[in-house]
Amino acid sequence: MSHSVHAPNNPLTRFITQDENCWQLNQYQMQGGYDGLKRALTVSGPAVLDEIKESNLRGRGGAGFPTGLKWSFVPQGDDAPHPKYMIVNADEMEPGAYKDRLLLEKTPHQIIEGLIIGGYTLDADIGYIFIRGDYYTAIKHIEIALKECYDNNLLGKNILGSAFNFEIHIHTSAGRYICGEETALINSLEGKRANPRAKPPFPQVAGLWGKPTIVNNVETYCNLPHIINFGASWFKSLGRFKDAGTKIFGVSGRVKTPGLWELPMGTPIGEIIDNYAGGMCDGYKLKGFLPGGGSTDFLLEKHFDTPMDYDEIGKQKSRMGTGTIIILDDKYCPVAMVLNLVKFFAQESCGWCTPCREGLPWAQVLLEKIEQGKGELSDIKQLEDLCKFAAPGNTFCALAPGAVEPLQSALIYFRDDFELHISQKSCPYCSEAYSEDINDQ
Amino acid sequence: MTLQLEIPTNEVVELSDVEKKQIDALLQETLYVSGASIDALKIIQNHRGWVSNASLLALSKYINLPLADLDSVATFYNLIFRQPVGKHVLHPCDGISCDLMGGKKIRQCLKKQLKINNGETTRDNLFTLLPLPCLGACDKAPVMIANKQLFELLEEKSLPSILNHLQQEHAK
Ligand SMILES: Cc1cc2nc3c(=O)[nH]c(=O)nc-3n(C[C@H](O)[C@H](O)[C@H](O)COP(=O)(O)O)c2cc1C
Ligand code: SF4
Ligand code: FES
Repeated sequence: MSHSVHAPNNPLTRFITQDENCWQLNQYQMQGGYDGLKRALTVSGPAVLDEIKESNLRGRGGAGFPTGLKWSFVPQGDDAPHPKYMIVNADEMEPGAYKDRLLLEKTPHQIIEGLIIGGYTLDADIGYIFIRGDYYTAIKHIEIALKECYDNNLLGKNILGSAFNFEIHIHTSAGRYICGEETALINSLEGKRANPRAKPPFPQVAGLWGKPTIVNNVETYCNLPHIINFGASWFKSLGRFKDAGTKIFGVSGRVKTPGLWELPMGTPIGEIIDNYAGGMCDGYKLKGFLPGGGSTDFLLEKHFDTPMDYDEIGKQKSRMGTGTIIILDDKYCPVAMVLNLVKFFAQESCGWCTPCREGLPWAQVLLEKIEQGKGELSDIKQLEDLCKFAAPGNTFCALAPGAVEPLQSALIYFRDDFELHISQKSCPYCSEAYSEDINDQ
Repeated sequence: MTLQLEIPTNEVVELSDVEKKQIDALLQETLYVSGASIDALKIIQNHRGWVSNASLLALSKYINLPLADLDSVATFYNLIFRQPVGKHVLHPCDGISCDLMGGKKIRQCLKKQLKINNGETTRDNLFTLLPLPCLGACDKAPVMIANKQLFELLEEKSLPSILNHLQQEHAK
């Protein structure tokens, strides 16, 4: 495949300008939008798939699974089942994650272009954008963008004069974190309760309505037009460490300039926190942080040199997750922080398996006890056990293992804090974290 | 359906012509009726504010899906209301990034001002308080959604004017 030469180093966000209409079709096209699709349509689907595999793109929804490999399991050829489905997972509900909302609101066409390219690559027929119901502006922009596409032959029959037909529908979620799990999402699209499905069969073979289905994250799709436009080797060259491309990173919590930035994969954590987020607010010190949203293990300042790279963060016993860092400062109680997260996951558990349905609410009870100064040392041991029960392999999906990641690491790194709550029979943090209204009813 | 007996309702609800038209349009788009069930529930909620047992029954008859299936779906999702709600549903964020930035104070302040607890509606039926997890604006914490609008960087002192603003929108 031939590639465009004017390759940017911020492919995902270069369309975002001061202009509040920058998300519309004419502006997107003026900056080279849909060039990737045009280029893709000049070659075969398998050739596009080769380029994606070659690019080493890994899914941006949290698990980092290689996108090309995932796609290669979809049945191809004349006797492949149809319709095949391509789904954008825009159900962003991970605590502390807010990167997909930016892309949805500001670059709806970039997502749609990626989805159409995906559809062309795998000879799919129907696309869905499964979007969080609370993302009102994003929903509006996606709806208008889809209409613009139908009006301009970018969707529908014979797209841009080719033989390729593709339609896209939008589904606004009725709200449950578990809908983001890809097989639960498929159940939800079928109008069922969003319980995850047993695998195998994998969705690539039997997903929505029993047909081959691909589910990818918003940001994953956004990378596709650029990989096709500028080539796999350009994409790989963007990364500063082993992983390819750029990523939207974010920092929230008590830092001077919280926000989102598109940076090379492999950017060291400390650089993101200090240079981009401006370091800690005056009067606050960093106590720890979750590197990739609410279901990743805590890391400490000593991990600042670790590159934001899937394997490197894995070596530090945490995960890149969504790439949105949450900062725990020295004035906020770590027990309260973990309690907030566990409570969320307990509430959002779909109730299918025991370690999650029973274990998470029990962990919540124990954490509430400790936070209120009524805890005992044996509670810590019980919390550790609950973390083990919810480990990967013991549950039907990744919700429960993710839910206990902040807890299990807090029990290691901030153990003193847990013990102090118990020995002094109260929360040592007098800040806003503590309140007698702990249940927040 | 014998299952209908499990949902007590004395009230009989007829779907309106507009509701029927919108649901028909949904059915056009989907290969299987059940695929439309969540969106159909949302249509009813849009028109009636919430999904009562009686409207659930009416929908079940109209799209010919078992009542138990519809009920199990309607009770699973956070944004389908099975109880009446006020004119404005306030969704202050109770996610962790908001709490790190003082979100709990904001929620307590809302409760105090409205004199209700979470999940309750004010006497004048204007406000229902229903915190939601992370609203995807953590760099602008603490935040709240009300009337499809996102209110960012909330401070206790800005709450009265926000409530006022919502109230005035209602008066319009
Ligand atoms: C409980 C749970 C919630 C999830 N929520 C999301 C989500 O909101 N968005 C998302 O892209 N992936 C989410 N995932 C991951 C998806 O299951 C899936 O791996 C992902 O959409 C695949 O896309 P990717 O390969 O492009 O990352 C979630 C997983 C679990 C277990
Ligand atoms: S781990 Fe939790 S969310 Fe996942 S299937 Fe089991 S009960 Fe449901
Ligand atoms: S935690 Fe409140 S917006 Fe993310």
